[in-house]
Amino acid sequence: MATGAGAVDFPNRPKGEPLLAAIGITKDFATIRANDDINFAIHPGEIHALLGENGAGKSTLVKILYGALQPTGGEIRWKGKPVAIANPAAARALGIGMVFQHFSLFDALTVAENIALALADPPPMNQLRARIEKVSAEYGLPLNPRSVVADLSVGERQRVEIVRCLLQEPQLIIMDEPTSVLTPQEADDLFVTLNRLVAEKKSVLYISHRLEEVKQICHHATILRHGKVVGECDPQQETAARLASLMVGAELRQLQAPAPASPSAPVRLAVDHLSLPRPHAFAIALDDVCLDVRGGEIVSIAGVAGNGQDELFDAISGETRAGTPGAVRIDGAECGRRGVNTRRRLNAAFVPEERLGHGAVPRMKLSSNVVLTRHATREGLVKSGVVNFTGAREVVDRVTQLFDVRKGSPDPEASALSGGNLQKFVVGREFDRKPGVLVVCQPTWGVDAGAATTIRQALIDLARQGAAVLVISQDLDEILEISDRVAVISKGRLSPPVDARGITREGIGLLMGGAHHGEGAAHAH
Amino acid sequence: MRIELIRRPEHSRTMVVLSPIIAIALTVIAGFFVFLAIGVDPLQALYIYFIEPLTAGWSIEALFVKAVPIILVAVGLSLCYLANNWNIGAEGQFAAGAIAGSVFPILVPGWNGPEVMVAMLVMGVLGGMLYAAIPALLKIRFGANEILTSLMLVYVAQLFLDWLARGPWRNPEGHNFPDSRPFDGGQVLPVLVGSDVRISLVFAVVAVIVAWFVLRRTLTGFQISVLGQAPRAGAFAGFSQNRMILLTFLVSGGLAGLAGICEVAGPIGMLRTTVSPGYGFTGIIVAFLGRLNPIGIFFAGLLLALSYLGGEGMQIALGISDQITRVFQGMLLFFVLACDTLIYYRIRFVRTGQHPAGEAKHGRA
Repeated sequence: MATGAGAVDFPNRPKGEPLLAAIGITKDFATIRANDDINFAIHPGEIHALLGENGAGKSTLVKILYGALQPTGGEIRWKGKPVAIANPAAARALGIGMVFQHFSLFDALTVAENIALALADPPPMNQLRARIEKVSAEYGLPLNPRSVVADLSVGERQRVEIVRCLLQEPQLIIMDEPTSVLTPQEADDLFVTLNRLVAEKKSVLYISHRLEEVKQICHHATILRHGKVVGECDPQQETAARLASLMVGAELRQLQAPAPASPSAPVRLAVDHLSLPRPHAFAIALDDVCLDVRGGEIVSIAGVAGNGQDELFDAISGETRAGTPGAVRIDGAECGRRGVNTRRRLNAAFVPEERLGHGAVPRMKLSSNVVLTRHATREGLVKSGVVNFTGAREVVDRVTQLFDVRKGSPDPEASALSGGNLQKFVVGREFDRKPGVLVVCQPTWGVDAGAATTIRQALIDLARQGAAVLVISQDLDEILEISDRVAVISKGRLSPPVDARGITREGIGLLMGGAHHGEGAAHAH
Repeated sequence: MRIELIRRPEHSRTMVVLSPIIAIALTVIAGFFVFLAIGVDPLQALYIYFIEPLTAGWSIEALFVKAVPIILVAVGLSLCYLANNWNIGAEGQFAAGAIAGSVFPILVPGWNGPEVMVAMLVMGVLGGMLYAAIPALLKIRFGANEILTSLMLVYVAQLFLDWLARGPWRNPEGHNFPDSRPFDGGQVLPVLVGSDVRISLVFAVVAVIVAWFVLRRTLTGFQISVLGQAPRAGAFAGFSQNRMILLTFLVSGGLAGLAGICEVAGPIGMLRTTVSPGYGFTGIIVAFLGRLNPIGIFFAGLLLALSYLGGEGMQIALGISDQITRVFQGMLLFFVLACDTLIYYRIRFVRTGQHPAGEAKHGRA
């Protein structure tokens, strides 16, 4: 196995003395060793991918490199010299910049003002604006320094973060999941910028779990698993499946997708001209949403986060009531004005995006969390107002078996489960009812690759047994993998669904930007 | 040296039991220094405060007399608090129950058969419920903060009671004392054991058992916990937040009202300008000291009743103001809430010096 700086020759990798080398980095938290003897090196002018599942230790390592955490052991060498990076300011002084996954911008201020706030010693505003314009032109990051951040799209906000980072003239830029909030087109623009950076011999440490884009742009990859480096490779020479199995440590199962149901199958879930005003100032109004899901098929709703997905989910589940009874129909029954439990009794099941606090009560046992969604479905869990917790524990056991939920005790509190295992539980809790209609939001969000395959296969199997499955997801790979038809939600409006077999990432991406309704796109700017 | 709180993956069942015991121990230690500061022998004072009341038959009886209203109030409050409804106004609901329950014995003094007690108890419960419905409806309709509304309504009820006892309901044959006419016959709660432990002890025990069952086994109890801990998950389960606000306020108001009428129809035997030495507020401490668990509340109620008796004992034996009771109750609540942190967090001591500022801090500088 190739670990350590330059132990094996990778012909496509930029040559030279490593810009940054980590030697034996170890970080212990109370009971967990998050990083265990990590060795790797970043060469000048390379885009270096850091790959790993959730909990593999990527964030810890990055925080150490950026000075936000101190390692328990090991050393960092910058241009060959050992350095101690005491805090983020020290990292910036060395020439290490970071672009965070979640932005830290003030909405009410302009681009230039936001950037001035981040600089240790900001120049006068006129000069700063000129520098911003210069940097943004050089790197293909079109940005008006006078724009107010609140008016910018997510992609533009990320450009502000990148420009802010570039103004500090870093030699190494750390990017944490930079494309997770971007449309495919915005991601392509970002890749152009990254290529210009490496052309100037700057280096990028690129953290992502999107293997296709890592293959596309990265020169070298270090793969972490359980806090250790398990390998390094040239991602352009590997298949995505091989990268995934390196991350997971096992070969991934391929999804089995038999033929979808015939177009004449009955419509089991219908959303009919559903419009809803925005419930609060930061929400999205739903505008005339129409959608049919037939028994036997999986329909997916793609879209960038915050375009009305949550509001649509709440309206379909019944947490928000629609204005008219006919706006939502389950197996033909009008239930637009009925609550979530009426809809569950019509054999519909719902899995929200937020696991803790919405799909499950964090400080309650799994058995209580079974009762949470199944107390009103007339399956004997509540008799004369008394809860049958023994029966609920049997459900927990069944779900555990079915979805391989890993837990420390037979019936722990929901918050004691890891994110992936809790997701398997909240999905399995609904599967155990054998629902006729399943609406699931972000089914594999934050779940490792192995569990994601399990959940996706279960969704396909459920659909092929005759259920109507609606998936709301921001993960295009997932959508393309499992869907029969795809619709895109943008600013509260839903595009007509199209056949998933004929569509490409780019096609979905254009719809995400709002291209399906011309006036919507015109309003966007 | 720096102290860090580390979140536990799961709440500690040991600490659920230990936390009130640690809190009591810390209260005793703090009390030791309080007595030292005011210049009395701390050991003697602690003996008089905590031990002596348990050494005589009559004082054990007095313990139960004081514990009953506190337990009734605290059981109701625990339901409110579990549902995340901060009813601070049990003292006012207690007074409202006392007033409503006294309507018949004061306005129809001749009706004093055994059946009048049923009517008085029903009136007392209804009075407390209606009074508690005010902050509940204000919260549901206007989103008014129930902590403020329920607390302010305490003073309204107390002043109304004061006016009644001095004015229209004053006993015409009472030599101008601000008391109502004394209740008699069926208007007085029957004695259960001894001379002063009345049937209201049965009400308290029944309330404890019913509340325990509701919380442990029923869907209503489950709704209370879910809505209290995770309102969004409660909505996903199809539970109504507003229904639960009203229900928990009505139950806690009803129990406080019951405690109120049992107090005036029992140990006091008439309506006075004040009918409670602060049972409604003490109930808050008892609810938390009892871990919002009805069984725990039963024992916590006895402990707080002891603090009242101890305060009286201090006044008699050492001439210290009975305000010492409030000091002890305040310290106890303070330590209970502080120790509760240990249920969800454990403490870690970190040596400082090697880690500069900036740990776990990132982003802009």
